Amino acid sequence: MAKSDVKLIGAWPSPFVLRAQIALNLKSVEYEFLEEALGSKSELLLKSNPVHKKMPVLLHHDKPICESLIIVEYIQEVWASSGPSILPSDPYERAIARFWAAYVDEKWFPAMKGILGAQDDEARKAAVAQVAEGLALLEEAFQKISKGKSFFGGDHIGYLDIAFGGFLGWLRVIEGMGGIKLLNETETPGLLKWADDFAAHPAVKDVLPDTEKLAEFSKVVIAKLRAAAAAPAK
Amino acid sequence: MAEVKLFRTWSSPFALRIVWALKLKDVPYDTIFEDLANKSSLLLQFNPVHKKVPVLVHNGKSVAESFVILEYIEETWKHNPLLPEDPYDRATARFWAKFGEEKVLLSIWEAFNSEGKEQEECIVKAKENLKYLEEELKGKKFFGGERIGFADIALGWLADYEGVFEEVASMKLIAEDEFPLLSEWKRTFADAPIIKENWPPRDKLVIKFQAIREASLLKKLGN
Repeated sequence: MAKSDVKLIGAWPSPFVLRAQIALNLKSVEYEFLEEALGSKSELLLKSNPVHKKMPVLLHHDKPICESLIIVEYIQEVWASSGPSILPSDPYERAIARFWAAYVDEKWFPAMKGILGAQDDEARKAAVAQVAEGLALLEEAFQKISKGKSFFGGDHIGYLDIAFGGFLGWLRVIEGMGGIKLLNETETPGLLKWADDFAAHPAVKDVLPDTEKLAEFSKVVIAKLRAAAAAPAK
Repeated sequence: MAEVKLFRTWSSPFALRIVWALKLKDVPYDTIFEDLANKSSLLLQFNPVHKKVPVLVHNGKSVAESFVILEYIEETWKHNPLLPEDPYDRATARFWAKFGEEKVLLSIWEAFNSEGKEQEECIVKAKENLKYLEEELKGKKFFGGERIGFADIALGWLADYEGVFEEVASMKLIAEDEFPLLSEWKRTFADAPIIKENWPPRDKLVIKFQAIREASLLKKLGN
């Protein structure tokens, strides 16, 4: 497959773009990374994702696929014979992986944004508590699902590793900001080790954003989130 | 014999998706009706994270979240597939299902729970979202093409509940002249075999959603 057959529109800080990159790497798919300039949206992005105008967008033979987890499923289906399967083969195990990925996106990620956008210490503490609660659930899920192996996907990185792991860089930034260890030996021993294994994985390590670089970038994100929170509700 | 149970409420549009999927695939199942004001210990056991319906229990193992359940049903009972074979078409179906949930449903629900100027603004947003659905229906009978598919099931609430929302909240969203394709799809879907036999009683829905809207508006006044 020619490299130009597969393109990914994205930007280095995005946890959602990261998901797509990891999936492509896992399948050893060669692709062209079309980096979006931060703060503006390219013509190609607007044309490829007119509904949401967001990244990532996977372009395969110039056909756009949008929404990070939908892209991950697409990658698994198209390149099924390459590399390990991103989803387990058993429908029930697939359902568990999809359930927790949905939980990460719908419940846990908003709490993470809540920490970044918190206007004061009280709001921040409340958001941190929510994130910690979520991590406790995810730790329990990890213990059950991994069955003693390194990843949610077992021996290999899978759908839930990708869905949750996309946020690892940001999780580390938030830990640094608040001097808190959200992943720790007492409360989340499984996830603590998982995080190191995930970050070191060949499909992840070259695309996981550098924590310091992300911390610097986070100042922009925080300013935006706070401005949005302070503005009157639409 | 495989044992399938569905935890639902009589009114939940999300649980209705699962009813449709199971019936379209001829999967026999037992129904457990929940009263969400008084959740059964079984429901809490089977969906401890969200404590919501629908929950599908298959051979004692529970699956929650309607889209996750739909994918599980699709993968377990392969008769009458809801998703197409081609990966790009599958991604497209999933995209519209997600769009329906995150944008269409949310914006219509906001319009439903508001009044006056605020409602007018919500209606504008809702219609912007509906326009994308109208576009997507060009040349198609269903979102799934010739047959009902994943996206139709995900968006199916538009074919009935949405009319209830319009009536209760005194608003018009899907007008025939503005949304001819969507209007036609609503009729075709609502009247399709299986679908048409499973709508909850409309008069009961009206009463229920009237109460919900009143409570929402009252809450807003209190703020």
